Amino acid sequence: MTRPSVARVYDYYLGGSHNFDSDRAFAREVLRVYPELTAITRDNRDFMRRAVLHLCSRGIDQFLDLGSGIPTAGNVHEVAHSVNPRARVVYVDHDPVAVTHSRELLADTDSVVAISDDLREPRRVLQDAVAVGDLDLTRPVAVLMVSVLHFLGDKDRPAELVDEYMSATVPGSHVAISHARSDGKRDAAATEEVYNRSRSPNPMQFRTADKIRALFGDLTLVDPGVVHLPRWRPEFDPDADPDADPDVGEDYPALAGVGRRD
Amino acid sequence: MEPQVVLTGLPTPDQLAGAWTRAIARTSHTAMSRRALHAHLLVLAGTLLDAVTAEKFDPTGPAEVGSALVAAHFTEVAALQRTVTVLGEQLENCPGAGGGRLTAVLAALTAGYAQALRDRTLAEQERISASAFAARVAAEQARWNSEARFAAVFADSVIGIGVGDIDGTILEVNRALCDMLGYTAEEFRANPIWEFIHPDDTPGVWDQVRSLLTGVIDNVRFEKAYYRKDGAEIWTHLVLSLVRDQQGRPRFVVAMVENITERHHLQTRLAHQAMHDPLTGLPNRTLFFDRLDTALEAGPPEDAVGVCYLDLDDFKAVNDTLGHDTGDALLRAVAQRLGAELGRDGHLVARMGGDEFVVLVEHSTGIDHLQRVAQTALDTVRRPVVVGGHPIVVSASVGIVQHTDNGTASGAAELMQAADTTMYWAKADGRDRYALFDAERHHIDVSRFALSARMPDALAHGEFVVEYQPLVRLKDQQTTGVEALVRWQLPTGERLEPTQFIPLAEDTGLIVPLGRTILTDACRQAARWRAADPGMRLLMSVNLAVRQVREPGLVADVVQILADTGWPAELLQLELTESEFMGTTENSLAVLRDLADLGVRIAIDDFGTGYSNLAYLRRLPVHALKLAGPFITRGSSGHDETDDVDMEIVATVVRLAHILGLTVTAESIETPAQLSRLRRLGCDTGQGWLFAPAVPPHDIPGLVHTPPWNSHPQPTPDRRPTTRSSPAPRR
Repeated sequence: MTRPSVARVYDYYLGGSHNFDSDRAFAREVLRVYPELTAITRDNRDFMRRAVLHLCSRGIDQFLDLGSGIPTAGNVHEVAHSVNPRARVVYVDHDPVAVTHSRELLADTDSVVAISDDLREPRRVLQDAVAVGDLDLTRPVAVLMVSVLHFLGDKDRPAELVDEYMSATVPGSHVAISHARSDGKRDAAATEEVYNRSRSPNPMQFRTADKIRALFGDLTLVDPGVVHLPRWRPEFDPDADPDADPDVGEDYPALAGVGRRD
Repeated sequence: MEPQVVLTGLPTPDQLAGAWTRAIARTSHTAMSRRALHAHLLVLAGTLLDAVTAEKFDPTGPAEVGSALVAAHFTEVAALQRTVTVLGEQLENCPGAGGGRLTAVLAALTAGYAQALRDRTLAEQERISASAFAARVAAEQARWNSEARFAAVFADSVIGIGVGDIDGTILEVNRALCDMLGYTAEEFRANPIWEFIHPDDTPGVWDQVRSLLTGVIDNVRFEKAYYRKDGAEIWTHLVLSLVRDQQGRPRFVVAMVENITERHHLQTRLAHQAMHDPLTGLPNRTLFFDRLDTALEAGPPEDAVGVCYLDLDDFKAVNDTLGHDTGDALLRAVAQRLGAELGRDGHLVARMGGDEFVVLVEHSTGIDHLQRVAQTALDTVRRPVVVGGHPIVVSASVGIVQHTDNGTASGAAELMQAADTTMYWAKADGRDRYALFDAERHHIDVSRFALSARMPDALAHGEFVVEYQPLVRLKDQQTTGVEALVRWQLPTGERLEPTQFIPLAEDTGLIVPLGRTILTDACRQAARWRAADPGMRLLMSVNLAVRQVREPGLVADVVQILADTGWPAELLQLELTESEFMGTTENSLAVLRDLADLGVRIAIDDFGTGYSNLAYLRRLPVHALKLAGPFITRGSSGHDETDDVDMEIVATVVRLAHILGLTVTAESIETPAQLSRLRRLGCDTGQGWLFAPAVPPHDIPGLVHTPPWNSHPQPTPDRRPTTRSSPAPRR
């Protein structure tokens, strides 16, 4: 395990110990350039939690989490089960270690499975999600692409991938996306550079706000649209710090949104 | 205790939990909401307050609080730091603080936190390591399975497979490839792929291989020849695929080699067969036209495209007399020589079929050039060919056409048609020679062709009309007979003389039915005249082509026609030209004798134009000679010595004819002077414009009864035909 992995590096950002020396070395390198990244990472987890809670409130009870990573505190199924214990969750990751670990952790949890697939192959992912994860594509599904599409280059045609996944679902389905932006803080852009060095677990491609918005194609954006991570429906966060300023600077380096198929 | 608490200013559990919550809420990532966190810390705050105020210090409670923080995922160092800070501030007024109780509580909490964090870290490390190990085992199992599958495919494939690195070193080969090329695996490994260059490899092949090795392209496929170790050549379908490393750099090349030697040979053979003549091995007309089309399209103006169309003379006779095997052997020999002689100069020699060959000169510098090529071809053909021990000598006729010649159309087909026609001119001009294309002559030929094509229809529609020219007895200038002469009255109103169409009819064979029609018309007409005037006893003289004589059934036809028309045989004369007589076979002579036996008179037409053996005349069933026109016109003007010689000849012929009992008719008498000379020499009868041209049948009775030549010695100019295509129009 000499090569860092995105999932384990992310786990380290979140204070986990599911990581190895190479992961920590890489993570520290990033944090040296951009110390706020841990906070952004938590914002990202918070967005995911709010999004899942929002989707549960809309009656969605099936989640397809693409690029799920290493399970850590506040996983999708934990958030969903806190309001709907029968919600079904399919975790998808291409990192075999992350998937193996997820399976171990989920061994006793019905209605939640982890499958090892590459999200760049939608047909295969959906096929496995239906066959192994009991996902029911005749009913609305929430597809989560949280902090994952910026690991795909333009040649992977991320917008088309989103469209392919959503085309396989029925109206009423949603997609939640969070994505690092290239037109935000300069320090954040330095992160991209670190990720694009040779020892990187995975190259990154930050995108402009316009490009991130374009990922939703012709889906209907749920209010308030594509916004800075912490600004997406803060009312859904019971954890909101009454003392903290909920707003952030205009150059906040990550955006998020939820789109609905009508 | 209650008053103490109040007195010492200790916070309530709720106050403590509130401050604590604010301190650590954002330090770590947890799944807890703020409310849940507050509730959680409220319990812990109670435990801590108990520990601080208890009479006897027990470290268990604070240690559990530290452990509970880790359990709630407050794993960041800041969470502990702030916890210790906020607890220190909140609890500094506790009763035993001065006695070290607070320090003891915080120490126990810190120890419990550290112990729990260590346990958690170790547990997570163990889990992730186990997962990593399991994942690796699974991956290795998958790889092993995949390798085992590949190994089976590699080893047992019927397709040759080899793996090399990008330097061209061969690393691994399978059984099939070893068998295919005859090398052992060790021998393969000792040779870089460059050793397997084949001379037939196009430069593009190795360029593509280089592009593959440098990663420009990922795979390439082509058909390629290899030499086996034993030197034999095989053809393969080769697919090369590039294998890249994880960074995308070229790493290996996999070659899959399928032996397609048999298929290749079959295709090559089929392609060759499709383009070559099986008998001679020369390119066939398909290939020839391909090349011709290409040459015409390319067409640089300075170099013209030329063709020499060659046809062996009398090849049919070789086949007929020596057999087809000999004919084939001769064709092969001629083809081989032509190919060798002319192919050397880069010309394409093709067999067009039968005994026809064509030489394509793609870069002709002019007619001279083509003439040299044609001459070489003629010389080559003329060299004796020994077949079955017998030398055979043949010649050829060649038609030369250059593409830029005026009058040739641009297309290959037109060019070849012109060449074909030109070749026939060489034949007509005497064979064993070449002829050059001539646009005007070609035009005439084309018109002739159009005429001969129309002729059968014309015959069916009665466009051929017969006219009659009086035969006059010189002694008393009485009409004793008529010669039937055919005209072609075209629907356009144009009138064609026999010389314009009879040779065509002879070529096409239409002369046979046409001759029968003329003969029938003439006899029927003669019978009509006699029916109208029983006193009129005219000899009907009709021309006969040798082709008619050769046709079986002529005698029967004549018998039938005489019977049908009621015309007596003795009053029918059939004319054959002298040259045709000379070409007659024994069979033909027998036919003439049969006709003579019927009582029909036989006349030799155009006598004096050939080289008749006069003595031979005795043996022929002949009754009359007709002296050729040029003899009369030349030999009777009486102006120079040549005339005198001609006169002597005429005198001798007349004498000889009379000795042999033949009558002599002079044709083309145009002047009274000619008439008086011929009469003096003893000619029996004459015909010509001095008396009358050929006239429609209804004019004959008038001419017979009141001959205009007796009252008007000079022919009137307006009665001459305006077109004098022949001085002695036949038929």
